Amino acid sequence: MEIFKSRYRHLLRRYLKESSENALYQAQLFSRKSILQQISPEEIISLHTEALKEILPDLPKEVLLSFDFLLEVMVDYGLAYQEHQSMRDQQLEIKSEIEIAASIQENLLETSIPQLEALDIGATSIPAKQMNGDFYHFIHEGQSVHVAVADVIGKGIPAAICMSMIKYALDSLPESRKSPHFVLESLNKVVEENLEEGMFITMFYGMYDTVNHSFTYGAAGHEQGFYYHSAANSFEDLATKGLVLGVDQNFTYEQYQKQVEPGDMIVLLSDGVTEARTEEGFIERSVITGLIQKYKHLTAQEMVEQIYRELEKMQNYEMNDDFTLIILRRKV
Amino acid sequence: MDLKVDKQHSDGKTFVTVAGEIDAYTAPKLREELLPLAEEQNQSLIVSLRDVSYIDSTGLGVFIGLFKLIMKNEGELKLVNLSDRLERLFQITGLSNIIDISTNSEVGYNETIS
Repeated sequence: MEIFKSRYRHLLRRYLKESSENALYQAQLFSRKSILQQISPEEIISLHTEALKEILPDLPKEVLLSFDFLLEVMVDYGLAYQEHQSMRDQQLEIKSEIEIAASIQENLLETSIPQLEALDIGATSIPAKQMNGDFYHFIHEGQSVHVAVADVIGKGIPAAICMSMIKYALDSLPESRKSPHFVLESLNKVVEENLEEGMFITMFYGMYDTVNHSFTYGAAGHEQGFYYHSAANSFEDLATKGLVLGVDQNFTYEQYQKQVEPGDMIVLLSDGVTEARTEEGFIERSVITGLIQKYKHLTAQEMVEQIYRELEKMQNYEMNDDFTLIILRRKV
Repeated sequence: MDLKVDKQHSDGKTFVTVAGEIDAYTAPKLREELLPLAEEQNQSLIVSLRDVSYIDSTGLGVFIGLFKLIMKNEGELKLVNLSDRLERLFQITGLSNIIDISTNSEVGYNETIS
């Protein structure tokens, strides 16, 4: 405090002498430093009064008294300042709790990409904020590879909690009930019962048979994926019908099947990919298929990463929605 | 971006015109304006989305909540003047099969926005 006192006196003296811009600027720097040191507004007024007494010993008594008056006026400002201080501390605390929650979520939702002779799989999911509202999950059981992609409405912590619920519901389904329409119908009931009004989840669920090379799938209001026909070098929409999860308990979901030929690709995504906005407008689906064409010589994992990088660049590195992209390609 | 909501009552129906973007920031305002209407028994609500350029998933959640509440109170909900983009959103999510949507205007309704 003594250092502050003499520093303030010095700065004030200099300003009274020079009336210069630079001396004023020094006052600004001083206030920044005193905020860091948690010096209250009243204390600054005391500093001022003390300094003034020393610089101008013949000051009229009334001027000094007026500072006592000012001090009283500033008391509430001081209280507000203290409140601000404690809110800042609380905010730091909450921030660290969110960081912990995010890392717990990461562990809970951890899924490993199956490594197989028959299939080349790449997947990436990048949150716009700290907590991811998108979710993907692989289950490799016997000759089947199951893949789920979901997007929870809303963002942040509530969305993340829903994700964990979905994952555990998925893992607890017995093998006999893992055909896509069963999965969607079971999850729909879980979600309807447990989610607040107006919340919902979109989901794509697929099952790849690595022996027969058939891909069975269904979706609940999820952004349509793409199917790439290697022989024709062309894309088609992976068209699906089905209501989002959590709206109507008794909804029955349709199931579709594709025979996958060598080199064919199944591309799954979240609406963060197609709802991405650039200065010129939304990113069209044709941009995504164009990027897949451009990078199809790479492995599936390299492809999804390259495509993410390009889309990120188009949006000036500001993604405002979670982004998930998965590619499955039949190898031989 | 700002969201404007304009309400008119006529012929026992409520006409709502929404303008702006419906996203995580504006959705609470829309919910606040619309849900009280849906609380009323036998409400007949027509919402024009002509000047809505974008609805994100939070915004869609507002319409789902609204729809459920109106059904519970035996009312009617109709969304009109949807752009192609919005129509596609309601189709992909399967909501167009349960909520009455249209890309046309509602006849007999003079749209003004203050």
